[in-house]
Amino acid sequence: MAATKSLPVRNGDVLLLVGTMKGAFLLRSDRSRRRWERSGPHFPGRSVYALAYDGRNRRHRIWAAPKSLHWGAELCSSDDFGRKWSRPEVPRIAFPKETGASLAHAWQIEPGLDDEPDRLFCGAEPSALFESRDAGETWSLNEGLWNHPHRPNWTPGGGGLCLHTILTDPTRRDRLTIATSTGGVYRTDDDGRTWRARNRGIKAYFLPEKEPEFGQCVHKIVRHPSKPDRLFLQHHFGLYRSDDGGDTWREASKGVPSDFGFAMAMHPRNPEAVYVLPLQADEFRCPPEGKLRVYRTRDGARSWRPLTRGLPQKDCYDTVLRDAMSIDEEDPAGVYFGTRNGWLYGSRDEGESWSVIEESLPPITCVRAVAVRDLEKRRAARPRRRRRRRAA
Amino acid sequence: MPVRFFVPGPLREFSEGRAEIALSATPRTLKEALEALGREYPGITRRVLDEQGEVRPHVNLFVGGECVRFADGLETALPDGSEVAILPAVSGG
Repeated sequence: MAATKSLPVRNGDVLLLVGTMKGAFLLRSDRSRRRWERSGPHFPGRSVYALAYDGRNRRHRIWAAPKSLHWGAELCSSDDFGRKWSRPEVPRIAFPKETGASLAHAWQIEPGLDDEPDRLFCGAEPSALFESRDAGETWSLNEGLWNHPHRPNWTPGGGGLCLHTILTDPTRRDRLTIATSTGGVYRTDDDGRTWRARNRGIKAYFLPEKEPEFGQCVHKIVRHPSKPDRLFLQHHFGLYRSDDGGDTWREASKGVPSDFGFAMAMHPRNPEAVYVLPLQADEFRCPPEGKLRVYRTRDGARSWRPLTRGLPQKDCYDTVLRDAMSIDEEDPAGVYFGTRNGWLYGSRDEGESWSVIEESLPPITCVRAVAVRDLEKRRAARPRRRRRRRAA
Repeated sequence: MPVRFFVPGPLREFSEGRAEIALSATPRTLKEALEALGREYPGITRRVLDEQGEVRPHVNLFVGGECVRFADGLETALPDGSEVAILPAVSGG
């Protein structure tokens, strides 16, 4: 793996944004995805749970959410693929005084819809939603969700009380779906003013009431933009599917060796195709039988098939976290996931076969695959060449 | 004698590279000193204190060699000419 300080990103490249417990790494490849170049660690020593790419409005902006154990969490951005990061003196995200809360970590950064190119969302710990309407310069707390009567009864999961999933809806501008652990799924249909729990059908085996209104430990939700009412959900126990935008859920775990897991990713073109990585419940959280297997459905979670070629099938004791799987937009799609032991795997054929991209990164917390489009020549990030001094 | 802050390396990008800052104000307590520091160097105080004004859990502040956690915290009195050291705690993994 060639490591560079800044990546020579070209139009059409595939980027992998990789967050770890010790910083962020950026990888690029051309569309063949055979060879990768890496830059990083960016923010060395800081944990990065969330990375995002905003390619709207002719931007090529990478967002990162590093947290220093000493100096706190903040949002940083780069417009030149990580050569320089903006780090405002006053961190962009802060809880208002009257909340009494302070930002522990940012868990998710999500660009808004394409026709609102200056809108961004951020999921925080403690669970809260922040929103920017000026491309990330300033952020405000969504008070509708913060003041929700359920919120005082949300409880932290193992990673903290975090808002980790944010889904926009391209057909309904005023709809936003979020998930928080533990609290469950909440949805607004009036642009964030009011929120309703949307957990009907999701079983909470860890609570006395098996189907409470809220309290579920949702790990991830995905949806395809062409079918925004069809959602797939990885719960603490159980895979679920909804066909009505989350109003109701039904189990869709038939065919996986364990219905526990964290990561879930959606195919870029096939709204029936979803990828998960089952883990053994509940305390062990390693691949069942020591076999690292990605499972894929191509029929909307009616059936699941293991994808194993190139993945360790013996004595694998590794874990893949909720944001550590991602799929690119190429055809065939590339699928990527990172592990807590620092392995980054990739597939160039939709999961049929896998290879190791990195094998000794710090524990991987998130992976984002990004297509770089419309990169003007003058903005392409090239390593600076030292000017040769003329002999006197 | 002014109150002086000693700024650790990781925060010097917010102090124009300076390791030492002398306040022109005359604060009576550490809290007042940090407020005065924050008016000129908000990047430092916002990383020493969280948005609620509390000292972050892995940051230690020493006044005259005494850790304020074992004194009066942010209400620790600052005699004339006090030296305040901002130090990252020994922590991590």
